Amino acid sequence: MSHIKLELKPEQVAKIKEICKSFNNDPGELINVLHKTQETFGYLPAEVQEVVAAELNISVAKVYGVVTFYSFFTMIPKGKHPISICTGTACYVRGAEKVLDEFKRILDVKVGETTPDGKFSLNCLRCVGACGLAPVVLIGEKVYGRVSPDGVKDILKEYEEQ
Amino acid sequence: MHLLICGGTGCKASASDAIAEKLKTELEGNNLQNEVQVIMTGCFGFCEKGPIVKVLPDNTFYTQVKPEDASEIVKEHVIKGRKVERLLYVDPAKKATIEDSKHMGFYRKQMRIALRNCGFINPENIDEYIAREGYQALGKVLTEYTPQQTIDIIKKSGLRGRGGGGFPTGLKWEIASKNAADQKYVVCNADEGDPGAFMDRSILEGDPHSVIEAMAICGYCIGANKGLVYIRAEYPLAIKRLKIAIDQAREYGLLGNDIFGTGFNFDIELRYGAGAFVCGEETALIHSMEGLRGEPSNKPPFPAQSGYMGKPTNVNNVETFANVPAIILKGADWYSSIGTEKSKGTKVFALAGKINNVGLIEVPMGITLREVIFEIGGGIKNGKKFKAVQTGGPSGGCLTEKHLDTPIDFDNLIAAGSMMGSGGMIVMDEDDCMVSVAKFYLDFTVEESCGKCSPCRIGNKRLYELLERITKGDGTMEDLERLRNLSTVIKDTSLCGLGQTSPNPVLSTLDNFYHEYVAHVVDKKCPSGQCKSLMQYVIDPEACVGCTACARNCPVNAISGERKKPHEINPAICIKCGACIEKCKFDAISIK
Repeated sequence: MSHIKLELKPEQVAKIKEICKSFNNDPGELINVLHKTQETFGYLPAEVQEVVAAELNISVAKVYGVVTFYSFFTMIPKGKHPISICTGTACYVRGAEKVLDEFKRILDVKVGETTPDGKFSLNCLRCVGACGLAPVVLIGEKVYGRVSPDGVKDILKEYEEQ
Repeated sequence: MHLLICGGTGCKASASDAIAEKLKTELEGNNLQNEVQVIMTGCFGFCEKGPIVKVLPDNTFYTQVKPEDASEIVKEHVIKGRKVERLLYVDPAKKATIEDSKHMGFYRKQMRIALRNCGFINPENIDEYIAREGYQALGKVLTEYTPQQTIDIIKKSGLRGRGGGGFPTGLKWEIASKNAADQKYVVCNADEGDPGAFMDRSILEGDPHSVIEAMAICGYCIGANKGLVYIRAEYPLAIKRLKIAIDQAREYGLLGNDIFGTGFNFDIELRYGAGAFVCGEETALIHSMEGLRGEPSNKPPFPAQSGYMGKPTNVNNVETFANVPAIILKGADWYSSIGTEKSKGTKVFALAGKINNVGLIEVPMGITLREVIFEIGGGIKNGKKFKAVQTGGPSGGCLTEKHLDTPIDFDNLIAAGSMMGSGGMIVMDEDDCMVSVAKFYLDFTVEESCGKCSPCRIGNKRLYELLERITKGDGTMEDLERLRNLSTVIKDTSLCGLGQTSPNPVLSTLDNFYHEYVAHVVDKKCPSGQCKSLMQYVIDPEACVGCTACARNCPVNAISGERKKPHEINPAICIKCGACIEKCKFDAISIK
């Protein structure tokens, strides 16, 4: 799994246990538990999955199976400003690929990676439903519409000082 | 007077919240806050020109409004009764402004049933829904009809599932009602996974109560007291509004125990998806709700026999549910009078791609693609030529010019080699390469295939590789045959709807755009100039003045030449990024 061995602090373990408990440690709630846990930790490293598995009394393999099945869950920590580029059909025909290429070029990362300084991570997602604004880029919760490759530099500038 | 502001995801991304705030402040400044109400509504559908502000009662339709326009709207329109001309919609054909939205080409041919309240009411206020006959259908069903009578109304109306399958809804309910069990479930499928489709999101954001009401009606019909909405985690606004709506309905006694004093109990819970397209398939969706990987299973048993937690479960899509209260109130005959012989009622489509009026529309079944694309959609962007329209998302096909006059319904679209799907409609123009489009969809399917059955897991990957080879110029004529054979095998042998339909984009482009495939394979040319490997950038020595703009902007230094002398591109270094073409002021660079 992850190459970084992570030592969970006791309060972090307690937090995961608390989340599991709030769903009655019901294995049927695994996806909701993972949503909540990822919300808290930002990602789902193997060590976190182990605690969840123990609490819900299911195998780690099962938890790992679910985490890797759904694209919403990630085992790699996201950047401070997670960038998501919509590659839905509407954005695709309006040039999302060129926008993605420009982000890759400027940040020098591949899709799914985080910049070495931990500032930006680059991901693709399928359709946020704002097709009227295609192509769409999300940075954190903020939506940028009608993005052109030339505009990428200016968007990133907004996050320079932060 | 009412000022309605679109609060859908698209308009919110263009600061519609700030517009509402500014309007409120301006009204207060003029002491008009009690005369004029500012209401955040659901989507108006006309996303292309958002954010939208609509003034009632005169139906004035302001487009692309900015927060700084608020003061003018209040001072001119609200106080002096003069419309703000510069914000009115301009009819591109007549070059004249249109004041009343009813006269806009975009709305003229629409008929709104599922979207009846979107853009009219504040979705976060149950009283506004009730004021528009909300929950009357539930009251009527619970007090006047037996479950079977209600099912008969739905059956007679001819309503078919709007999620893509087109299965008759009334029949589905009847089957679930006849399976006796101590516990049954009503599930609303809000896992709108088709890229480019956003009708379910808009309904949930704009009119969540219509779905809640219909789920309760369905619960009464099949004998279920529990409803579950499976919704994508990517739709935070829809989740928020749905939660508010459920809480309000509980508060009003419209969910919970002993609804309308009839002894009928029904309540709704939310379950979140986590980004898996295959979860739109009902058995996969049920597994996902149980906390498992969203893998489909063989049918039978159907969910109506053994679904969520092994109990009889009825799964319907958001749009299907949204139609139900209207059918109950207006009657089956009214509903079945709309549409074609086998497809009744209306369908919501998400128009997107290279079209002038991107947005959400609802039209009667039987309307032609030409009417949708050229009248409602306002034609192709930038005056380009129409090439194809892709319906049905990754499971659908590409339809061409020759299909433009086909009446749209479930059966005609299948006969034409595509499908209704959930209602995504992506328009493509002459610049789109159809081989690349097919590859784009296969890329999606390969990523989203759950991997349970091998035809889908391995077959689609092979299809993708073949397409990749063709777009790189390494394809052969035998590859085209292979594409077709493999597609047929995948369709015939896959376990669920995903694999059974995933080769459709390949087959339909092979059927309708065979010459483009041949051009890639035989001439090693991409007719639309989209496939990078098949392009070569060339500088015309006659037109080049040697300004050096291209050379300075080339990211890989592939362009050489002396100042004031024609430049040259080294094809071995060129990465075909197109930066030089954009910078050349003399149109000296072309793609060959």
